[in-house]
Amino acid sequence: MELKVIGQSTEQPAGGCSSSGCGGSSDQLSHLPEKIRQKVQDHPCYSEDAHHHFARMHVAVAPACNIQCHYCNRKYDCANESRPGVVSELLTPDQAVKKVMAVAASIPQMTVLGIAGPGDPLANPERTFETFRQLTEKAPDIKLCVSTNGLSLPEQVEELSKHNIDHVTITINCVDPEIGAKIYPWVFWNNRRIKGKKGAKILIEQQQKGLEMLTEKGILVKVNSVMIPGVNDEHLEEVSKVVKAKGAFLHNVMPLIAEAEHGTFYGVMGQRGPTHDELQDLQDKCAGDMNMMRHCRQCRADAVGMLGEDRGDEFTMDKVETMEVDYEAAMAKRAEYQAAALATLEAQRNDTGESFVALSSFKVKKRETRPVLMAVATSGGGVINQHFGHAREFLIYEASMTDVRFIGHRKVDLYCSSGDTCGDTETTLQKIIRTLMGCEAVLCSKIGYEPWEQLEEAGIQPNGEHAMEPIEEAVAAVYAEMAENGQLDQPKTSAQLQVSA
Amino acid sequence: MAYEIIETCVNCWACEPLCPSNAIFEARPHFLIDARKCTECEGDHADPQCASICPIEGAILNPFGEAANPAGSLTGIPPEKVAEVMAEIQAR
Repeated sequence: MELKVIGQSTEQPAGGCSSSGCGGSSDQLSHLPEKIRQKVQDHPCYSEDAHHHFARMHVAVAPACNIQCHYCNRKYDCANESRPGVVSELLTPDQAVKKVMAVAASIPQMTVLGIAGPGDPLANPERTFETFRQLTEKAPDIKLCVSTNGLSLPEQVEELSKHNIDHVTITINCVDPEIGAKIYPWVFWNNRRIKGKKGAKILIEQQQKGLEMLTEKGILVKVNSVMIPGVNDEHLEEVSKVVKAKGAFLHNVMPLIAEAEHGTFYGVMGQRGPTHDELQDLQDKCAGDMNMMRHCRQCRADAVGMLGEDRGDEFTMDKVETMEVDYEAAMAKRAEYQAAALATLEAQRNDTGESFVALSSFKVKKRETRPVLMAVATSGGGVINQHFGHAREFLIYEASMTDVRFIGHRKVDLYCSSGDTCGDTETTLQKIIRTLMGCEAVLCSKIGYEPWEQLEEAGIQPNGEHAMEPIEEAVAAVYAEMAENGQLDQPKTSAQLQVSA
Repeated sequence: MAYEIIETCVNCWACEPLCPSNAIFEARPHFLIDARKCTECEGDHADPQCASICPIEGAILNPFGEAANPAGSLTGIPPEKVAEVMAEIQAR
């Protein structure tokens, strides 16, 4: 990969996937009011279950931004990069609409269209709303979402509510201007660039006001927060409380992505991101106050496909221009696919419920067993259906005596897929094993001999016995088996302790 | 006298709608300011609008030909730190 390196940043983390969903076990949506459940059950970003079956896309129509965030660099555009704010091709609203219809016709799973950047969608109101207006008319079966840094949100709420938008994501990293000044070097407000604490204070006030106005109108609001160790990590629990009190229905705490190559303030200055454990701890702490989302993939502002995959290359504008789209026919096909997917989802929820019965009967034996982390390779559908070597990311589940809980995902190609030029001597397999540290089993459809051996050596048990089975059921079964074998009576094996240390 | 956009512009459109004189226009490879129309925002705003929203240090020159936003002024990254990190990356 050629790295253009270093410059400055302005934009917010473009909210990436306007996502949410929660972190619970079988059916995380069950506690939500029916009306909200209807709205999110087929939204891959808002529902953890749905993200196995439904896809999303972002169109990059919004280049301008009105603030600068320390984790963003406006100069960067790399095809191998996968993170918010990065795009390869800026689109006009007309081009965006064409692209959405072409994708909708070839990917029936696609239920959601979001505008997330590469700048701030609401700092580009004409382009953003023109795209929404055309889509409401031409593709009425697609859900529309937008994400924003919140600075111009209050003045746009009225316009937002006129479109078919029922999900808005606001990136809120703090509610304290002192902390804000360490994240946002400036905002553009009332025709002036305002730096430091004063600028951060304005941004915070606008975000909070916008959040209240949206919830008053019944628009679902998800809050994204970037966890920055030493800057806002301890403060985010407070943020979670505040946004919940103001009506946000989901909180998505995401890890800071900061590499020197990205040329962001944090990247260049050596600010580290959180470890998997730190992120999970914070998510668990915030979970007491609020529904947490844990499956966000922090996708690009032009991502296409299921979360965790990007099929953007198949839909560049030159390709889209040549595609013939019969939208009527596509809509019928989409409706059929989506009904079937919802039925599968429902069935899986019921099945998973049964597997809990098995677990709880096992609990009756009163053997104290410790929780276990397991990694899962899946290409969608909520089942274990991916070859170990094909997995670009693993979903992480925690099995315990009481339930199976989705806790996050780990990317194998750590935000950058072109290893050679980045000067890493570690092999891909070693990298994967390091990525999976803390897990005691990895469930996949198949796995080769070499990785099998090395995983075992690292204390991670490969398991290909549950191919095509629903994920949570399989994780529960493997946990029960480990418990039966007495593996869970002792602390982790020495190899495990070594890797997780 | 006029402000000027130079080649480090990333074409983000942020400045274009703000110009009170409609002096900024889309062009290849980057946006440009029509020097005959630019008023430096005098009479309209306290600060030149393009230079106040531009996220890229050095991309806009003031009427004296100097960077309106010099290196380090917007991102807070000291220029010498940028040079140091770039050298490190290239040495890998």
